[in-house]
This record gives sequence, C-alpha cells and structure tokens, in this order.
Amino acid sequence: MADNISYKDILFNPFSKDNPVVVQVLGICSVLAVTAKLEPAIVMGLSVIAVLAFSNVIISFMRNTIPNAIRIIVQLVVVAGLVIIVSELLKAYAYNVSLQLSVYISLIITNCILMGRLEAFAMGNRPWPAFLDGVGNGIGYAIILAIVAFFRELFGSGTLFGYQVVPDALYEAGYVNNGLMILPPMALILVACIIWVQRSYNKSLQEK
Amino acid sequence: MENFNLFIRSIFVDNMIFAYFLGMCSFLAVSKNVKTAFGLGVAVTFMLVITLPLNWLLNHYVLSPGALVWLGPEYADVDLSFLSLILFIAVIASMTQLVEMVVEKFTPSLYNSLGIFLPLIAVNCAILGGSLFMQQRGFQSVMTAVSAGAGWGIGWLLAITAIAAIRERIAQYSQVPAALRGIGITFILTALMGIAFMSFLGIKI
Repeated sequence: MADNISYKDILFNPFSKDNPVVVQVLGICSVLAVTAKLEPAIVMGLSVIAVLAFSNVIISFMRNTIPNAIRIIVQLVVVAGLVIIVSELLKAYAYNVSLQLSVYISLIITNCILMGRLEAFAMGNRPWPAFLDGVGNGIGYAIILAIVAFFRELFGSGTLFGYQVVPDALYEAGYVNNGLMILPPMALILVACIIWVQRSYNKSLQEK
Repeated sequence: MENFNLFIRSIFVDNMIFAYFLGMCSFLAVSKNVKTAFGLGVAVTFMLVITLPLNWLLNHYVLSPGALVWLGPEYADVDLSFLSLILFIAVIASMTQLVEMVVEKFTPSLYNSLGIFLPLIAVNCAILGGSLFMQQRGFQSVMTAVSAGAGWGIGWLLAITAIAAIRERIAQYSQVPAALRGIGITFILTALMGIAFMSFLGIKI
C-alpha cells in the first residue's frame, strides 16, 4: 500500500480529506470531554500528536514479531507507556496545564484514534510512512479539537484562552453566555456543523 | 435489592452514552443497521459484565491502599493504586482478544461486519470508564460490580439499538441535506437524544 501512495499524501490527507474525527469517526469521546476550553484542547492535541507518532513508529518496527493473537495487548502496553511519559513530562514542564488535564491525559490510552491507526496503518507499513501517518492524523485531530473548543469557549464562557473577549458593554445590553455550549451535546452538534461545511465543499465524501 | 436499584439506575440515569458520553466512537460508526448494532451491543455488555468483577477483585485484593494485607501484616501500608490504569487496561485487552477469537470462530458474519471495531472494544471508553467508576465509587462487593456492569452494558445496548433504528428510518424516508447524510445527522441525533436523557439526571432511585 505504501508504494502507490506518496509520503506527501500520507502526511496531508488526514488534515481534511481523511480526517480522523469527521471522516474516520475516531476519538469522539475526547472531543466531547476536553473542548469546553481552548487551552486544554490544544495541549491535548499536541499530546495526541506525540503519542500517536511514536506509538506508530514503535509498532511499525515490531510489526513482524508481534503474534497476531496478542497484538491488542502489545499495542495497548506501548500506548500506555508513552502516555505515562507524556503525562510525566507535562507534570515537569507545564504543571498548571497538567493539573487541568490530569484525567484526560490518561484517557489518551482509550482514544480510539491510537488503536485505529495502529491496527489500520502501522501494522502493515514501514516505520517512516507510519511516523508521517501518525503526525498527520494527530494534526488532523488537533485541528478539529481547536475549532470546536474555539466556538464552545467563545459562546459558552465569552473568553478565549481564559481572557474575556466579549466586551462588557454587550453583557450590559442583555447578552448572556449560552450555557448549553458548555454541555457535551453541543460539541456533537458543532462537529456535525464541521462535517456539514466540509462535505458541502468536498462532494466525494458525501454518503449515498 | 440495592443491587437491583443500581442496575436500573445504570441503565437509565447513568447511561454510558447519553449521560457520560463514553464509548462514542463505535456507537457512531457501527450503528448503520440494527442487526450489527445489536451484535456489538451484546459484545460490549458481555465485556462489561466480565471485566468489571475481574477488575473489582484486582482492585480489592491487589491495588487499593492496604489491600495486600492478606499477604501478611507487613504489607498493610502498601498502596499500588498508581498501577490501576495499566492493570485494568491489560485485563480488558486480554478479554477483548478472547472475545474476538470466539466471535471469529463461531459467527464469522458478525466478525466481518464488525470489522475494525471488534478490537476497538478494548479501547471503548465505556469499558475502561466502567472500571474507573467502580474504583472511584468504592463498590462494596462483586455483586455490585456485576449489576453495575450489566446495567451499563444494557444501557449502551439500548442506546446503540435505538440510534440504529432511527438511522435506518432516516435513510429510507427522510430528505437529509446531502452533506449531512450518514454520519453528520447521526451526530445531531445523538446530541438531541443526549439532551432528552438529561431529564433522567434528577431522578434518585
């Protein structure tokens, strides 16, 4: 498979045409959980890029030696190890963010993007394309996370990165933050809107 | 009786999909038709019923603070709870592999239609989430863990069967905008059902 797809496509396809969230439908749980505010969403995106790229490389190196019957366990152990490294690094260099994210970082282990890409790509490809695939899919995931978090924080709390951006005059005129934006169902509706916009431009992705 | 209440509460009030939004990936992707959705729902229920008591035993006799006291009094202040994530996921992964082999052997058609989502049960957040809730809420006995697992599993099964039935109808009778067809409208449906399920939140059983 790797021979007839160029490296460039492997890296850039997941940004939009083959996006892990809106096209492959992987990793929805964390999109709902961490996108109420922009800052944790971006840190989460970066952590997923790192874990996904390196777990793809490691599994790709080991792909010929893993017995098929225990591959899930091997994959999860690799991912869990990397997630613990990321979580320790965050504690050391970005302590405040890691406090906000503590639970969600360990949730990366159960993020379906990781298992999905390991099963679908890393098990059948050489390390370098696997690395590009990991970086590409991680960035595609981070883009969606950032868009959803941007709108939820803007309309739900009137802030961006924790700074107030909706002017006070607007609140005095009777503007109220939309409390529904903070609740998880709204993230689903926002993702649906992203899908709507994207598939209107990209007709080949439409179903039936 | 208490366990029965917990069972009912886990199905409706603490519904994995609509209250906690866990296990969404396979919920959205495998709900195209009722038959496959039901198959996956049964698999997830089975996994929850198996792994929750196993992880309860693990938590009670190995992981929680002072749990190793049965080895001797000098182990009374050993706390291994930092290992719980890795051990829980290892139990879940090995059980998934087992279920995968059984399904492949006995129902190849279900195996083919579930595709990549069968191994993904291992990373279905609903299952690890169930074990973590079990630890967090400090369940008192194995039976509590079994009833909560069965409740969460059946709640998940109901949710995925309901959404699959709605999607089958929508595919036949409704004129959805072309760009929203399939996965897009499913996101919106899930959001609406989630808002509806919020009405259960206040109920105490």
